Amino acid sequence: MTLQERIQAIIRSVAQKPAPADPEESLFESGILDSFALPDMVSAIEKEFGIQVPDADLNPRKFDSVARIASYIENRAS
Amino acid sequence: MAFLRAFGRFVPERAVGNAELAARLGCEEQWIRDVSGILERRYASESVVEMAARAAADCLSQAGVEASSIGCVIVSSGSAERRFPGPAAETAARLGISGAPAIDLPVASAGSLFGMALAADLAARYRRVLVIASEKMSAVIEGAPLDRNTAILFGDGAGACLIDSAEGWARIENFKLHSDGAFADHLRLDFNQALRMDGRTVILQAARKIPAVIRQVLEAAGLAPSDLSAFLMHQANQNLIVKIAQTLDVPAEKFYSNIARYGNTSSASMLIAAAEWRAENPQPGPVVFATFGAGFHWGALLALGS
Repeated sequence: MTLQERIQAIIRSVAQKPAPADPEESLFESGILDSFALPDMVSAIEKEFGIQVPDADLNPRKFDSVARIASYIENRAS
Repeated sequence: MAFLRAFGRFVPERAVGNAELAARLGCEEQWIRDVSGILERRYASESVVEMAARAAADCLSQAGVEASSIGCVIVSSGSAERRFPGPAAETAARLGISGAPAIDLPVASAGSLFGMALAADLAARYRRVLVIASEKMSAVIEGAPLDRNTAILFGDGAGACLIDSAEGWARIENFKLHSDGAFADHLRLDFNQALRMDGRTVILQAARKIPAVIRQVLEAAGLAPSDLSAFLMHQANQNLIVKIAQTLDVPAEKFYSNIARYGNTSSASMLIAAAEWRAENPQPGPVVFATFGAGFHWGALLALGS
């Protein structure tokens, strides 16, 4: 699976809704993720990609779309 | 060494139900319930000082001690009516406490726990430290154009806790306090402005930090979350309370909750909850208190039945 496909799988699992086809679509504005599902998604990202998201990075804007999540993960890995 | 001696509370008479707010805000009652777990909140005609004094008097009555024996007073409020002086000195005066230091903690939400932690250390010097948290959030909400994302949450009330260096029903084992000003703008109340809250950031941060700080105090004492008889948290949002229970892998029923009846009374909420919980639990086991709020400030305090 590609990075975006892995992220979309996490979103489907956490939100129990289809992940957006458009990687730029806002997960919040589209109603896919609510405030209380966001912490679960961040935890799932940490587990799936073996990273630790520091508290300083716990900003919803970093996780607002598939593209932003992918960018964050790539930056953490580099 | 410091002990929890007693709690007290005051809640105003006027209950504001979801139907009343929904009509004013143009939203559904069910939406308010779903996003917060709140059914009603109280709006006060009393001032912050009046509510603080009423909660403190209840606490002193529960403890069976005279106000004259209090060595220090700490009053937390993020909604005090004046820029200065804060409500602490006037509250102490209303209780008949004169000469003892009365310290203001202008810390919304987390102020009661910060006050308890400071009192635990100050008790060695002053013996009896009376911690009070009093909030008139309705004045904040009504003082600006109504924002439905915040207006549905907040209510008024006051809570109190007496901490004694010599006796009490539970010994304060340890506490951890934290602050991170990098997020100060995400939850704030500027002068003559509406309350600003970035709810997503607050929930994301709180959902991570509260379980972590609870684990900190428990690990320092060699305890696990399952060892606790109760969790007494800032009553911010029922959905957040449930999420923290899930994160700690303990039943949500162990988290005392009265948010359905009072809403979020900011720093007062944890002590109001503690007073009601204590009345229902005369011989509790280990209990942890935890808060998170504007600043961000957050912390936890562990008390063991004595």
